[in-house]
Amino acid sequence: MVASASGPWPWYVAGPAIGLFVPALLIVGNRLFGVSSNLRHLCSAVLPSKLDYFRYDWKRAGLWNLLFAAGILVGGFLAAHWGTSHDVAISEQTRLALTRLGIHDFSGLAPREVFTWPALLTLKGFVSVVLGGFLVGFGAAYAGGCTSGHAISGLADLQLSSLIAVVGFFAGGLLATHFILPLIL
Amino acid sequence: MSTELAKDQKAVGQAQSPTGIALLAYLLLGICFGITLTKSEVLSWFRIQEMFRFQSPRMYEIIASAVVVAAASVALIKRLGLKTVSGEPIAIPPKNLGLGIRYAVGGTIFGLGWALTGACPGPLFALVGNGVTVMIVAIGSALAGTWLYGLLRPRLPH
Repeated sequence: MVASASGPWPWYVAGPAIGLFVPALLIVGNRLFGVSSNLRHLCSAVLPSKLDYFRYDWKRAGLWNLLFAAGILVGGFLAAHWGTSHDVAISEQTRLALTRLGIHDFSGLAPREVFTWPALLTLKGFVSVVLGGFLVGFGAAYAGGCTSGHAISGLADLQLSSLIAVVGFFAGGLLATHFILPLIL
Repeated sequence: MSTELAKDQKAVGQAQSPTGIALLAYLLLGICFGITLTKSEVLSWFRIQEMFRFQSPRMYEIIASAVVVAAASVALIKRLGLKTVSGEPIAIPPKNLGLGIRYAVGGTIFGLGWALTGACPGPLFALVGNGVTVMIVAIGSALAGTWLYGLLRPRLPH
């Protein structure tokens, strides 16, 4: 049991576990599961601004969520040191497709050719980390939520706006995967 | 200030200040979520690539089962009229659909970033914890993107 818990979880454990954060946060304090609000709270907290969008009591509205995000970081650290690490066992087809694009290191959570500090100075590193991060922040703020707020919480509450956002997430993801990544990798 | 912004501002500042013990609970839940993101491998760029290439059902199974469990829980909470641990009634504020443009366009922009970084906001924090420290830069960029949205917001269609 301990041995199986230390490896990657099967989908039928992972998915329901993720879903349970929605009722857990509602029951603890009426909070809606969603991580990207933290980007707004952080801007509000650290970048003094006259912009209406950032003028609110971030501690009252978002301290809980900033602690949740800090917890995510700690949880990632604990999980990384719990059990042995394995390559992410992606399908052979994906491995082949990525090899053709020039990815050869499959040993981490993300390819080291792209996601290291020195790689920031390469086109692929810069576009993936700097531009990609920027689009994640801008897009999540514009859409009013990210994967957790729209794809999980919003869909679970049967909100049409979240369904539109999720269709957008996949449209953008497919475009980037099939038309942008082949140009930069 | 537009009425929509005012409404949003109200929603974001509406909740009561949480107590110390509740704040500890959010931190602990965050830790559990970071472990879950790691052990489910949804924070991996490789898994995101596999998903957008439709080469494994795994990510779809995870997302679908997460939504089903969350939806069933929300339905149950509403049906039983459950309250929070401090006795407040549980209410999920409906999102303002408006023209829907913000969801379609913002969602697509987010999706482009999701595939490029291979991570959405939760996983960005979890990846830093996992030692992929360069994602600190991605979080910094995401803050810049959020700030730019705050600047352009009055001029963007929603």
